[in-house]
Amino acid sequence: MAAFLFSRFLQSAILLVIVSIIGFLVLYLMPGGPLSQYALDPGMTQEDIARITEQLGLNRPLYVQYLDWVWSLLQGDWGTSFRDGSPVTQVIARHVPATLLLMGSSTVIAVAVGTWIGVRGATHRYSGFDYIATVGAMIALSIPTFWFGLIGIYIFALRLDWLPAGNMYTIGDGSVLNYLHHLILPSIVLALVHIAIWSRFMRTATLDAISQDFVKTARAKGVSERRVVMKHVVGNALLPMITLAGVQVPSLLTGALVTETVFTWPGMGRLFLDSLGYSDYPVVMGLLMFSALLTIVANLCADIAVALVDPRIRLA
Amino acid sequence: MTKDKSVKSGFTRRATLRMMTAGGAVGLLVPSMLGKPAFAQTPPSEPTGRVVVGLSQEPTVFNPLMPHIETDDGVAFSIFDALFRITPDGEIVPNLATEVPTIENGGLSEDGLSWRIKLRDDVKWHDGEPFTAEDVKFTLELITDPNFRAWRTAGHVLVRDIEVVSPTEITWRMEEPFAPYLSFLSETFILPKHILAEAEDPNDAPFNQAPVGTGAFKWGSRQAGDNLQLVANLEYHGDGPYIEQLVFKYIPDMTVLYTQFRSGEIDLVGQAYITPDNYEEAKSLDERVVELVPRGTLESIYLNQTLPVFQDKAVREALYLAIDRKSIIDLLNFGVPGEAETFMPETSAYYNPDLPKHEFDLHKAASLLDEAGWTPGSDGIREKDGVRLSFTNSTTTGAHLREQAQQFIQQTYAQIGVEMKIENLPPAVMWGEFWGQSQFESAMVGITYLIGADPDVTNRFHSKAIAADSGSGSNNARYSNPEVDKLLEEGARTFDIEKRKAIYKEIQGIIRDDLPFLPLFRYTNVFGRKEGLEGFEANSNTRTESSHAALWYWG
Repeated sequence: MAAFLFSRFLQSAILLVIVSIIGFLVLYLMPGGPLSQYALDPGMTQEDIARITEQLGLNRPLYVQYLDWVWSLLQGDWGTSFRDGSPVTQVIARHVPATLLLMGSSTVIAVAVGTWIGVRGATHRYSGFDYIATVGAMIALSIPTFWFGLIGIYIFALRLDWLPAGNMYTIGDGSVLNYLHHLILPSIVLALVHIAIWSRFMRTATLDAISQDFVKTARAKGVSERRVVMKHVVGNALLPMITLAGVQVPSLLTGALVTETVFTWPGMGRLFLDSLGYSDYPVVMGLLMFSALLTIVANLCADIAVALVDPRIRLA
Repeated sequence: MTKDKSVKSGFTRRATLRMMTAGGAVGLLVPSMLGKPAFAQTPPSEPTGRVVVGLSQEPTVFNPLMPHIETDDGVAFSIFDALFRITPDGEIVPNLATEVPTIENGGLSEDGLSWRIKLRDDVKWHDGEPFTAEDVKFTLELITDPNFRAWRTAGHVLVRDIEVVSPTEITWRMEEPFAPYLSFLSETFILPKHILAEAEDPNDAPFNQAPVGTGAFKWGSRQAGDNLQLVANLEYHGDGPYIEQLVFKYIPDMTVLYTQFRSGEIDLVGQAYITPDNYEEAKSLDERVVELVPRGTLESIYLNQTLPVFQDKAVREALYLAIDRKSIIDLLNFGVPGEAETFMPETSAYYNPDLPKHEFDLHKAASLLDEAGWTPGSDGIREKDGVRLSFTNSTTTGAHLREQAQQFIQQTYAQIGVEMKIENLPPAVMWGEFWGQSQFESAMVGITYLIGADPDVTNRFHSKAIAADSGSGSNNARYSNPEVDKLLEEGARTFDIEKRKAIYKEIQGIIRDDLPFLPLFRYTNVFGRKEGLEGFEANSNTRTESSHAALWYWG
């Protein structure tokens, strides 16, 4: 197990270095830069821009900037936002709660609904429900999240006026109910794709579990169908889902990027787009590393969990 | 939004004045002659209610001396004060100062080099500390501190020998006479010495995330990426504030911004405003006031003067003649913007109304080129001495109205044998070295020329301001005319307003004749606010609609 863990950690570290180099190069080599937003400011001269460039250290050779950034990062300093003037960790931390709230609620919806659809589809194979679930999943996977978002806003916010069109809460009303009201549409939209994925995987895993001998034995012993499904089938079918969860968590973050934009949700996705628009290098790099770290850690956790459950994996 | 209509009685000095000047005497005697009872037009005696301003960009810079964008100004104007402020008419009036220095009142020496500013003695910082001349000295010195990441330093770099005469009086000397400085000071917010001088590094001071000012509103709370809430400063030295809470709400999507204005979630559409395509519909909304406000920004086609093809004045004239400007305004921009012949805003006292008017005449344009020896080549594109009348035009990708205008102009130019190729770039690329170092051939761009209301445009038109020639400034068209240089230098050291008017009108005349840029239209913003939000007054001499939020109230 130790060798397995060491190998996985080493791979993760190398991956992080590669991500950081590529991210840094792509970002810093883009023409323009963070100060181009001041180009049309009356009274701000090219001299001013050159002075600020020097103060920010942006005129140094790229490799020096990179090494400096890595050195600071290793010491726990993620840099300072050009746009905001506060430490990158603080900037990201300010946006994390909004994203976590969105991701958390959509994960709960996706897992609950996806599991139910998957299990029901498998236990009622080739039924009307199964066909509808299959077609629904295909549609959800084929259509971009932003489209769902816009349609949702059009129907539920503009036409029916049931739900707010965006924002995390109404200014002046910080009640839990108000937050929940604003959370419904974006979390459902973000959950849709994941419901589709989760339900398809769950259906396959459930079918696989149903065909196992212990299920047949349980049935033969006269255990009720409901108990068979809940205790023996679902429990075992959920095991392969650990790997899926490892992939799904980071992809939720990607989905949040689009959803947050559509619903003016003040989370990390919006922060990423805004920071990219302003070429706020330290924040973009911070978010990139955060996202890479999340992906790697989630996958690592999934690998370890699976390895713990199934010893054959770690020996492979 | 809380629209509290419980207006209490009590007239402030300003309200009384307003009433008197606007025929208020009649209003007091015969309230029914006015649309509303007279008392409803009066600000409440204490701050009441909340105003939510919708912005399409997020304010993130709260130290107003550090590099920031227009949207940050709205916050700065509410939290801080400058020595002076500019009225919508372009008049500079005292703010933290008690008077505007002039040669007549002894605030300025005859040669314009010595300045003396008298300050108010009743101003307090939000933390209760008194505001003094030491704060002004600290602020002016901080801007030119090489270790401080200051925004623009123009004007401030000329200040020498700052002396605090008393807590309410400060003097300094200018390295050379610089008349625009008064206007620059109206956008220079004074910061508290007692807080920032203590900071280890003012660039990273906690103050920058929770500023303390002398303005009408105090820092409240911030939900990053969503909104910023300011609260009324009950000890404000000036008029107002009349609202309890001023909220800046960040809504990045323009359509969503407009939708939330329509649905009532925001009370006032701030920076970015209502897009021209929504103007007609917005006007018809119930309980909303929608108005057009001309701004100082001019949309034009900048011609890089070093390009051989643009060095021929006949070409520049022909290109201007061949633009169907009216169609661009009426059809592509929904008739919202206004026509313009000069960089000077029409609202400016220095505006020259006597410039030749643009005409769209393809026949005349073609004749001009014929006369100048530009003859059609084998492919129909004109050429002269081996130079083809062909150039590229660039603007920012995604600006669809500009892109449509480009295509429209491209077609009309083709009719007179001129080839205009379109090469657009993302904003971050366009406004980088490509623009700053004049690497473009021609560019479609909206430029604000003035700082505050001062007519000085040295930064844009003086030959020493060409960055591509190692100059200091933003003369991106690389325009050079010794006569304009001379007039600009004269204008900057002239304090007499009438003399300055003559100088800048002459400059406008020469530039209109030289055509280093082809004016397309004057920006006009569509302002929208809820009915009942009183005290709102657009001011095209500032970069923000919130420059006077202290006077807003729910009527």
